Amino acid sequence: MSELVNLTIDGYQLQVPKETTIFEAAKKVNINIPHLCYHESLSIYGACRVCVVEIEGRPRLEPSCATLVEEGMKVKTNTARVRRARRMIVELLLANHPEDCFTCDRNQICELRKLAYDLGIRELRFEKGRRYHYEMDISSASIVRDPNKCIQCSRCIRVCSEIQSVGAIEFVNRGGRTQVLTFFNKGLNNVECTNCGQCILVCPTGALREKTVVEAVWEAIASPEKFVVVQTAPAVRSAIGEEFNLPAGSLVTGKMAAALRRLGVDKVFDTQFGADLTIMEEAHELVERIRNRGTLPMITSCSPGWIKYIEHFFPNCLEHLSTCKSPQQMFGAIAKTYYAQKLNIDPRNLVVVSIMPCTAKKFEAKRPEMCSVFHYWREKLGLREEDRFFDVDFVLTTREAARMIKEVGIDFVNLPNEDFDTPLGVSTGAAVIFGATGGVMEAALRTAYEVVTGKTLEKIEFEQVRGMEGIKEAEVSLNGLSLKVAVAHGLSNAKVLLEQVEKKESPYHFIEVMACPGGCLGGGGQPIPTNSEIRKKRADSLYREDEGKPIRKSHKNPAIIALYEEFLDKPLSEKSHRLLHTIYTKRDRY
Amino acid sequence: MKVILKNIEKEGYSPAISSYIGEGGYAALRQALKIGPEKILSEIKKSRLVGRGGAGFPTGLKWEFARKSREFPRYVVCNADEGEPGTFKDRLILARDPYLLIEAMVICGFTIGAEKGFIYIRGEYFEVYEILQKAIREAEEYHFLGRNILGSDFSFEIDLYRGAGAYVCGEETALLDSLEGKKGQSRVKPPFPTFVGFNNKPTVLNNVETFANIPAIILKGGEWFSRIGSELSPGTKLYCLSGDVNTPGVYELPTGISLRELIEKYGNGVQGKLKAVLPGGVSSGLLLPSDLDVAMDYPSVQEAGSILGSGAVIIINDTHCMVDLAKRCAEFFDYESCGKCTPCREGTKRAREILTNITRGLGEVSDLSLLKELQEVMFDTSRCGLGQSALNAVRSSLEKFPGEFREHILEKKCRLGICPMK
Ligand SMILES: Cc1cc2nc3c(=O)[nH]c(=O)nc-3n(C[C@H](O)[C@H](O)[C@H](O)COP(=O)(O)O)c2cc1C
Ligand code: SF4
Ligand code: SF4
Ligand code: SF4
Repeated sequence: MSELVNLTIDGYQLQVPKETTIFEAAKKVNINIPHLCYHESLSIYGACRVCVVEIEGRPRLEPSCATLVEEGMKVKTNTARVRRARRMIVELLLANHPEDCFTCDRNQICELRKLAYDLGIRELRFEKGRRYHYEMDISSASIVRDPNKCIQCSRCIRVCSEIQSVGAIEFVNRGGRTQVLTFFNKGLNNVECTNCGQCILVCPTGALREKTVVEAVWEAIASPEKFVVVQTAPAVRSAIGEEFNLPAGSLVTGKMAAALRRLGVDKVFDTQFGADLTIMEEAHELVERIRNRGTLPMITSCSPGWIKYIEHFFPNCLEHLSTCKSPQQMFGAIAKTYYAQKLNIDPRNLVVVSIMPCTAKKFEAKRPEMCSVFHYWREKLGLREEDRFFDVDFVLTTREAARMIKEVGIDFVNLPNEDFDTPLGVSTGAAVIFGATGGVMEAALRTAYEVVTGKTLEKIEFEQVRGMEGIKEAEVSLNGLSLKVAVAHGLSNAKVLLEQVEKKESPYHFIEVMACPGGCLGGGGQPIPTNSEIRKKRADSLYREDEGKPIRKSHKNPAIIALYEEFLDKPLSEKSHRLLHTIYTKRDRY
Repeated sequence: MKVILKNIEKEGYSPAISSYIGEGGYAALRQALKIGPEKILSEIKKSRLVGRGGAGFPTGLKWEFARKSREFPRYVVCNADEGEPGTFKDRLILARDPYLLIEAMVICGFTIGAEKGFIYIRGEYFEVYEILQKAIREAEEYHFLGRNILGSDFSFEIDLYRGAGAYVCGEETALLDSLEGKKGQSRVKPPFPTFVGFNNKPTVLNNVETFANIPAIILKGGEWFSRIGSELSPGTKLYCLSGDVNTPGVYELPTGISLRELIEKYGNGVQGKLKAVLPGGVSSGLLLPSDLDVAMDYPSVQEAGSILGSGAVIIINDTHCMVDLAKRCAEFFDYESCGKCTPCREGTKRAREILTNITRGLGEVSDLSLLKELQEVMFDTSRCGLGQSALNAVRSSLEKFPGEFREHILEKKCRLGICPMK
């Protein structure tokens, strides 16, 4: 137990451990000190100066986030001097901020706008006007940066370097010319950015957002010759309710399906079908690598942020990646071959729209190798190079999907529960938990166990790989082989495991990596705010959904069994390889 | 009484190690090695020397903190960034008597248990860099620097580092970040550099002039030093006299000399009619002709409502418009703000804008109260000294010359014809 310190905050006496900041201590007496640059999961930056407080005996106000408590300290958080300072600081930020709240992506959830309101700023005394006007960075397929809306809080920089170990962005220049930039202003697409979107989640303003494709999706829906199918990732159903003011972690699978149908799409399918398919291929790949002494550990490949990270930072470890495409891409490949054939639709008219918790999925869908369907049909339909099309056409984030639902006034909260369409909407409990860290591992183990042993797995929950610990480990006995596995989420945790792999010191057979903290449920496309408490609630709801599913192992999914019987033959077949597996690219650091 | 410039002001003294040794150089180092760290510390504490870089912190205490910390390695850093407008005293020492600084830094290293020192040189001081390079090489040849100094088991080396032209890098924590190869921006204090400094290790960081006092204190004793100049803050000080004065320059004088004597006796009087004085450069508040009897030491200048800072005494005569002067000060800080914290980054920008508007005849009465409030909030909330003191000069010109501001705002008139007023 560490030493305790007595202090008073606004007259309330309290006792807290010595290393507590005034900011944290104030929470104990139910005061949430207003702030901008502070963020619960990031290091202390102490630069916005909004959280200043008065401390008896100090000549100046002090930032509560960066000041530790001391014995006998007398703190005041609400004096006229403090309130005046906070107001003026925010007023200064507003003077430098574009006045386009009406059309801003963050209109409803902007922390700056809310703070200005809460602090009672009703008049702007400084001349409005920015001295510098910057170009937006639209180079990335996933993320748009508008430096004009940046208030230099450094949260994006800190999340990118501290949580993700990427460091794609930094402050450059001095004073009023300070800007968050990529290396030599090359643009996010041309540096080591992984497109994970964690920076979007922590940005307090509209300076960072996803590159939206909402208009293109509306256009496809409106186009009579297009047959539009949507797929929704597991993590979306645990979070999209938050966009409609439902409590975090509300499970809204049925309402979501109903809402999407009401947007006018032709079929509402489920990425979880793709997830079950991924497990079939990946579990067999693992078993084969173990049997044939292939490269181990094998590492999962569902998280496109993670893929881009390893391509940039560990280009010599790419053979450790499973060759399986992600569930989104497997879905696209099957929809435009198997399903299109079934319905006798020209694959060029079948439009696959994904709804993803993820911004990196936008980039993934545009990777040049994600055109397997085009190659599949090329000869059959006599296609030329310029006819090239992608397996997945449009990727919407959870937030964008919610915006479309809001745009047409769908009363989401009161919708009846509806089912997904068949057959690409049929899935198991194993696929649901893909949305949480450890879920892919657990799902793969459920199937791999039965494939290898031929026995039924009785206890199908693998508790050791669940939860929010940064790196988790487990050992599973498979016919005498003790299978060692590890799970990491957040790229700085992945880095730890990868350094072992690079040094050939990794003790594991199989590793799951998700780029985002908490797994996809904490993805960069999820509702804002996303924080540790909310991530836990979303995870709980996914595990609840798994429990309620009649079938909880991927290889028992009847639609998947039918797919293999009718089309693919067997896992790792020649056709599987053409459509469901992929290759990776070595990349530089910048 | 010369402590710092005693060599430099000697006829025929040249910056060569032989001259330095000829004047008794490195005797203090020998003495220091003999008496040991504890005795050195007690002499420096007895001297009551405070830092000459601006903040006026007791030097002995600083060294003692670093010596008592438990971490190793430790570092000695000399702040030779000298970026404050109107300050040009460190350059004199660096260019004309570099051995004095080197000797002091070696003594500091020996005292606190450091084996490595850095001199962070203002980027624009090209020739100083070369002079120091040569001086370090020579000192090493004579075993005043390097391995086993003067045959002892103490080793110490000095690296030179050149700034890149940012004023804020003179602020100690920004300097350390810059020295570590990062962007020069202030750190959160506490912890102070004495505990968590260069590479997060204990570091003594002193101004060039502060160091330059050390050899004399070692040789002649703290007691001797403490009897020079003002009772409150003893020693001599290098005053940089500039502006509208007949003989500008660097003058080493006992602290506590009156501002009047400094101007009249050493500066040979004001050119024209005195209007105001900035006693500590553009970060200090204005003094008026009625303040001329103030004693030029840290506590007395503070009592008079300003700061002595690095000793940049800028004389302003009655040909200057105070609105224009305030605007120029604001421009400087707007340009030099590092941009890290909101009040300084955005506040300096707006202060400059408001003052520019007033000089163009676009001012409003409400601007004055807004500027005052801005100064108070920036003082209260800025992260480092730059932002905290950025509007000191503005605020005091507002308070001490309200008529000029009112004229610009209400009558749209600059009586000296300096501001464009359109
Ligand atoms: C904006 C700013 C600029 C500064 N520039 C200098 C400088 O150029 N030289 C210097 O010695 N100290 C400068 N200082 C003061 C240093 O932070 C520090 O207090 C000093 O170097 C400590 O040395 P001393 O104790 O010997 O004075 C500056 C401080 C601020 C806030
Ligand atoms: S998307 Fe991820 S990797 Fe790219 S800048 Fe943002 S946080 Fe960094
Ligand atoms: S882009 Fe957003 S998160 Fe990044 S520094 Fe600017 S305001 Fe902060
Ligand atoms: S006060 Fe100015 S110079 Fe200092 S940290 Fe803030 S922005 Fe940077």
